[in-house]
This record gives sequence, C-alpha cells and structure tokens, in this order.
Amino acid sequence: MGAKMVDFGGWDMPVNYGSQIDEHHQVRNDCGMFDVSHMRVVDMKGAGVRKFLRYLLANNVDKLTMPGKALYSAMLRPDGHVIDDLIVYFMTEEWFRIVVNAGTADKDLAWMKAQASTRAPTLDITDHPELAMIAVQGPNARKKVWEALPGSEELSANLIPFSAVEMGAMFIARTGYTGEDGFEIMLPAKAATFFWNTLAEKGVKPIGLGARDTLRLEAGMNLYGQDMDETVGPLESGLGWTVDLKSERDFIGKAALLANPPSKKLAGLVLLDRGVLRSHQKVKTAHGDGEITSGTFSPTLDKSIALARVPNGVQIGDTVQVEIRDKLLNAKVVKYPFARNGKGLI
Amino acid sequence: MSNPSNLKYTATHEWVKTEADGSITVGITQHAQELLGDMVFVEAPEAGRKLQAKEECAVVESVKAAADVYAPVSGTVTAANADLDSAPEAINNDPYGAWIFKMKPDNAADVAALLDATAYQAVVDSEAH
Repeated sequence: MGAKMVDFGGWDMPVNYGSQIDEHHQVRNDCGMFDVSHMRVVDMKGAGVRKFLRYLLANNVDKLTMPGKALYSAMLRPDGHVIDDLIVYFMTEEWFRIVVNAGTADKDLAWMKAQASTRAPTLDITDHPELAMIAVQGPNARKKVWEALPGSEELSANLIPFSAVEMGAMFIARTGYTGEDGFEIMLPAKAATFFWNTLAEKGVKPIGLGARDTLRLEAGMNLYGQDMDETVGPLESGLGWTVDLKSERDFIGKAALLANPPSKKLAGLVLLDRGVLRSHQKVKTAHGDGEITSGTFSPTLDKSIALARVPNGVQIGDTVQVEIRDKLLNAKVVKYPFARNGKGLI
Repeated sequence: MSNPSNLKYTATHEWVKTEADGSITVGITQHAQELLGDMVFVEAPEAGRKLQAKEECAVVESVKAAADVYAPVSGTVTAANADLDSAPEAINNDPYGAWIFKMKPDNAADVAALLDATAYQAVVDSEAH
C-alpha cells in the first residue's frame, strides 16, 4: 500500500502511507484503519478473577457491572510507579480480557503471573499473540465496519462507548486511541488480511503510526514509555482520574501513592512562537523546571502542542518558556484534550 | 523524481544551484523531503551570517522529526526564503523550487567540487541498503 515501514520493537510498522497530515485529517473528518496487531491480548479466566484484578490494578474493576464494559487502568509497582497502562474488559465473572502495550507485554505477563501465583494460583492467565487487531476510527468508522462485516451491525449498533461484544472468533470493541468514534476489532491473524482488504474495498484508508501519534496526542491520551513509565507514578502523569484512592480497596502501589503526594503534574502546552515542541525539551516556569513528555505539530489546530510534566504550581493560562535549540520560546499552559470528535478544543 | 542534472549536491542531502552572479541557492533534495514527510517549520539562517562548510545552519521540521541543514561550502548568507515561514509544505510539493537560503561562497572551486547528480544518487542508493 505504499507504506513507509519502520522497525518498532521487532514489528515492521507503517509510519505513513502517504502524507501523515492527510491521514490525520482523514480520521478526524471521515475514517481510517490502523493495523495495531502489536497490541497484546491477555485473557484471565477462573473463579476469583475480579477479586484479583481489584488488587492488581489502580483503577477499580468494580466499576464494571455490565458484561462487555471496559475500563482504562494503570498497573503499578509497589512503589507506585507505572508498569503499563491497559484496557480491561469484563466479560463474565470468570473471564476478564486485558489489552496491553506491545513493548511491555512480556513484562506485564510475567508480573501478572507472579502476583497471581500467591494471590490467585488457580487463575488461568493466557496471552494471545495469534490475535490481530485492526482499529477503524473516525465519524464514519462504525458504518464502514458494518458494511464490511455482515451481521456486525445487529450485534454492535447498541454498544455504548468503551464496551465490547463477541462475534464468533472476533471481538468488537467501541474503543480507540484517536479521540474519534469507532471500533477496535480483535480477530485471528489468519483472518485479518481478508478483513483489512474488505475494509479497503469499502473505501477505508490505511493510516500509519505517525498519524496515530498526532491523533492520540490531540486527544490528550498518554503514550506509555513517553508520558509515563517505571520512573513515575500515575498522579504526576495525568492519570489521577483512573486511580481510586478514596475507597477502602487496597491495590498494588496504593500505600506508596498515599505516602508520596507528587510535586509535579502533567499539563497541556500550546506553542505561541514558531517551532515544534518535542519530547525531552526543557520547560522553564515560575515554579521551577519541567519537561515535555510528548510534543508534536497538531494538524487540527495548525499549531505545535505538547504534554509536559511541570511543577504543581503551574496553572492553566500561565505562559512558560520551552528551550528549543538554545532559544527560549513561549508556550501557553492549556487544559487538554486539544481536539476530539473532529474539532479543535483550544 | 530524478535529481536535476544542473544542480550540485552534498552527501547530507542539500542541493546547490549556482546563479549567474556566482552566488548559490540551497535547498533539500527530493529524497530528504520524502524521508522527513510533511514539513511544518523551517528555520533559515539570517543574511550576513558567515558559515563554515558542513556547519549546521538551518533546521527543517516535519511532523515526525527535526533535521539539520548544513552549509554546503564556506561563505556568507545573502538571503533566506521568507515564503517558507507560512508555507513550509512547499518543500514537499516542490523540493527543487522551494529554496531555503542563498549564500556567496568564499571559493567557487568549493562548489565545483560538490557531488553531481549521479554521484548523489549513488549516496542515496547506498543508504537504502
């Protein structure tokens, strides 16, 4: 398909098929498809799986009461630092499905099994590298999937956002990483090429990893390894909304989070001067220095945007300086997300 | 797109056009713009700045990455292309038309010694393997 490929943790991944900016707008305004088969599916089955996840994850799986419903959560170390971020789907009281990042999948699996060995030894924890994943995203995405996949409309038309349904060997989730409506579909790898080609015949354009990154950053969604990792906690990574510290429930990392309130937080930046914000650039503020964790050019806003870890005293509306090649450029602190559902929000 | 045979090139993917008055015009090649993708920002050197050959003197930024542009020869900057401030994508659309800066070389012989189109294509081919 004319893709420019790059090695991404052992996977040959398409960065862009044509213009990355055109691909970005294609998803915001119509729809596009992403091959995200590098994401790893992990199934946890057996009695007591909910109880185990209640302890394993920072978010509370007790929020999941309806079969198919999904929850975004961080998985923490005992010191409160982030092992990975993931999506967990409640299917039955004896089956939860988890989708983790590619680069962390083996580490995650080892951690889950080690925790289960003492707390829930009868649980069956199995990963499914044989499952492919295709994300179809954009305002017209669901309609295109229904055209490409006979029988899927009846099953998935009433899916509320952040929930999933099974269709034979396929798993259709109304989730995504773009800030647009759409589906992420898990299916056996041997069926994935046929499905991809069928979507292409229906006019769905392939979108590369490059646009996936600008879309997720505009949508204010974290990227593991950039916006958080094992050196920081969720509260200083913009993930406080996913961590439940008020309830009685204990979970791995909770004590550390309560004992060590963070002095930094994640903030949104929009560059006021000409240039492009990039990860690791230094941010100078009246309250001390910070650092950009993800930065890019936003095609929707036609400006450069970033997420940055800055001192707690920094407030929305402040002007800060970003060090770019020995120059100090002005940036404004904003409330993010920057764009969703086809529209800029800044 | 083939590399125009009337231009000179560097191994760092700049093209160089010699003007009638002996000054040179500098941009980045088709190969370079294709690698970088959608261009969103160009920072060109100011007129009057003295450059040493191979000195970093401009920056082109795409959505994906920032890349340095190097002085092809020693000399003095005479102009920067201000049109790129508002339309950096011109480099994608017309890499051999969208020049970045002009300079007056210290020695015309330095320009003559740069790569010709065939030698530059060999550099591109060797990087692909």
